[in-house]
Amino acid sequence: MLKRWIERITPTDVVMWFIGGAILLMIFWGSTATLTAKTYTVHHWFDFIIFGLAQGSIYALIAMGYTMVYGILRMINFAHSEVFMCGPYTAYYVAAAFYSSGFLDQYPIISLIMIFLVSMATSTLVAILLERIAYRPLRTAPRLIPLITAIGASFFLQYTIRGLYGSGFQAYPVVNILEGEWAFGGFRILKFQAVVILAAAILMAALYSFVQRTRLGKAIRAVSEDKETSSLMGIDIDKMIVTTFVIGGMSAGAAGVLYALMFKQVHFFMGFIPGIKAFTAAVLGGIGNIPGAMLGGIFLGLVESVGPSLFLDGLGIVAPYQLKDAIAFTMLVLVLIFRPTGILGERLAVKKA
Amino acid sequence: MRQAIKIGLIGGVVGILLSLIGMVEAFSQRDIIAHVISMGHTLLITVALFMGYLAAKRTPGKGSLRILSNSFLSGLLLAGMLALLVMAGSLINLRKVFINASPLLYSLLTFGLEKGIGALLLLVIGAMSGLLAGIFYLSPGILRRVLIISLGSIVSAGVLQDLLRPTFALWGPLAIINEWLFTANGLTVQGAIGLFILIAAFSLFWSRKGSAIQTGFRQLPPAPQRILKMAGIFILVFILLILPRVLGLFLSEVLTIVGLYVLLGLGLNIVVGYAGLLDLGYVAFFAIGSYTVAVLTSPELGFFSLSFWEALPFVIVMGVFSGVLLGTPVLKMRGDYLAIATLGFGEIIRILVLSDFLRPWLGGAQGIGKIPKVFIGGFEFAGPQQIYYLILAGCLLVIFISLRLRDSRLGRAWMAVREDEDVAQAMGINLVAAKLLAFATGAGFSALSGAIFATKLGSVYPHSFNVMISINIVCVIIVGGMGSIPGVIVGAAALVGLPELLREFAEYRLLVYGAVLVAMMLLRPEGLWPEALRRRELHGEKENEAESESSLKLKSG
Repeated sequence: MLKRWIERITPTDVVMWFIGGAILLMIFWGSTATLTAKTYTVHHWFDFIIFGLAQGSIYALIAMGYTMVYGILRMINFAHSEVFMCGPYTAYYVAAAFYSSGFLDQYPIISLIMIFLVSMATSTLVAILLERIAYRPLRTAPRLIPLITAIGASFFLQYTIRGLYGSGFQAYPVVNILEGEWAFGGFRILKFQAVVILAAAILMAALYSFVQRTRLGKAIRAVSEDKETSSLMGIDIDKMIVTTFVIGGMSAGAAGVLYALMFKQVHFFMGFIPGIKAFTAAVLGGIGNIPGAMLGGIFLGLVESVGPSLFLDGLGIVAPYQLKDAIAFTMLVLVLIFRPTGILGERLAVKKA
Repeated sequence: MRQAIKIGLIGGVVGILLSLIGMVEAFSQRDIIAHVISMGHTLLITVALFMGYLAAKRTPGKGSLRILSNSFLSGLLLAGMLALLVMAGSLINLRKVFINASPLLYSLLTFGLEKGIGALLLLVIGAMSGLLAGIFYLSPGILRRVLIISLGSIVSAGVLQDLLRPTFALWGPLAIINEWLFTANGLTVQGAIGLFILIAAFSLFWSRKGSAIQTGFRQLPPAPQRILKMAGIFILVFILLILPRVLGLFLSEVLTIVGLYVLLGLGLNIVVGYAGLLDLGYVAFFAIGSYTVAVLTSPELGFFSLSFWEALPFVIVMGVFSGVLLGTPVLKMRGDYLAIATLGFGEIIRILVLSDFLRPWLGGAQGIGKIPKVFIGGFEFAGPQQIYYLILAGCLLVIFISLRLRDSRLGRAWMAVREDEDVAQAMGINLVAAKLLAFATGAGFSALSGAIFATKLGSVYPHSFNVMISINIVCVIIVGGMGSIPGVIVGAAALVGLPELLREFAEYRLLVYGAVLVAMMLLRPEGLWPEALRRRELHGEKENEAESESSLKLKSG
């Protein structure tokens, strides 16, 4: 038994174990060093965790779009980050108009809902157009081709928005009811963070139950399982794919407003980094798997916000916060190496992966 | 009819988009023909012509009246949408949202006339463009080709005027052409007409006699044929050698940039084109090459102060080594997963270089400066006109190696891996070795390119190595044609060279780039200059439809 197992080990396996072991050792050593040094108090950690949760739930919302499109078309929708960007940028003009007319201060809830609706509508529109113009003609093309198309579409959308709205940063108006914090027993939560977490949770729950419970959701799942069989069962595949893009666009648009409320600005390039992070989250959770995307997003957000202080500070690394993106990408690579199916993913057949 | 309305409305949306993103306004600063037509108007008219042509093409049946009315209608609708934009703009201030919706744009759209008359003229011109496109659709094939070629060359002469004028001015006798053809902004009227007649006559001649000349060449006995081919190659090499002298400083700079991308593209071509491993983190090796040279040669850090040639072997070794190192973990991945993992690697390297943590060794955000120039004997590769030769030598070397590798046992193994990994392994190809060798070779070429880049700039910054470069290189390969060496050169010239030449439109560079990528993938996925095998793969389906259909079903099932 043992002998057969040893025979099956290749040199590359040894190298991989070595890499994995080294990284685990580093994490362990760094964490113990940080924790014993007691640089951070419990309150600090609590802040990190809440920030991570807020960030992570935004990633999770974006990741839904990636994961559903991947599930149904087996392609990375590289332009999803631009779908995410278009919404809040367009909604910015609504928000600014509300702000300057004083409507935002008088009826904050109604204005927030309006902003959300505009953003979600724009993102959805962009997603539908993207599918119709760029992806639909390429359904049967070799896999590299839709990926390149998506990259091209991503450039196109970014610079169209830049041309339309300008290249500067636009400051999102401050919503007064979201300012301030709730404090209890020394722990504090910034209000907007709580709202972001809550809103994301509600949206995700709604989307998940839509996909799981409704007839349409069932049809989408059937198509992503097997296109030909489901078309034989009388499901309109085109319609299901468009619905998927609509859901992805809606969640991206909502995530965009949350992101804009959190960081208080919009920019034509703002989609790139959250987009890649969200894709990482989707892969972390197991791409094609909706609860996986949620879990992956929140996990990634937490690791990103807690990780630099926890793992790297103890190793004596200067300015660890600069390396938070590196931590995210390292996690991505590690997951792809050691568990390519992700945390919740089932084992995909080779032809699917 | 409904088709024509739909096409016209789509055209209107495109026209409004082009206006609102500021392209029309920016392009209007340059005249194609002085005081007659500007580039902005050319852009819109091109859209109208294209939509009119499309409307004519989509018309069912052959009735020419119907075709003409449809193309007329689509042109009219397009212009109508633009007129609506002008109306809306004069009623409410669109500028609060769309920064480019300026009064200048409206006056451009109404040809500088009073709004009402201008809008009327706009409608007339739109409808006429549509109608012309319809007439064009109905005219015989040879006329269409000649018209397209000669109108196209007038437009390109107008667009590239800033490039052609100084080049002609460098050569004494050719300066007369400048006088005749160009004004300070745009072609002269007589120049444009002359150019049109010249090109039209030439293309007419070529379409009549071109095939006769080609068959004549093929009918020659082999010995003179070979001599002619050799002479062609000699002329090509000669042109390549004197190019920087002829073109002047700015164009040589563009050439060196294109050359660097050719080098990078050839390296990635081995990974993506030959072995089929989509690597989106290729910039990492470029960065590693640059930083190795910088650390080894720059006196600023003071660890080493080797010369470029002494550092070069280390650069290649570092490149190959890092190729193997980053290649090992991703050996088992395929397709999209591989792409994302390598993208992650590329970003990790950049973030590490950028961080304060490695600052004492790699200079952090400020980078490393004072990288010495390259010397051979007493000859200094100082400016772009000299570095060009360095890059040319690098390119020729890499082209030679790629050609030899392609036809070697290893090259065939790579292509087998590209087509089907499992079958390749079953045939006895060592997958690990083949993939690692592909990564290592590609990384070595990339590091070489990075080394030249570092000495060209004289300094390295982490910001030069972002993920856009990787994506650019992948696009160069895809647009050129995967696995094809001339394709890489054509791709680099088209995607890197052209935008450099049109620097003043830099704002719209990536926009056009993205649109071109999407259009390419939809219309010509095999690339501009594809490898023969791939062309057959993507377009051979018409010949043996039944067979390819059954294989498609097998693949998807």
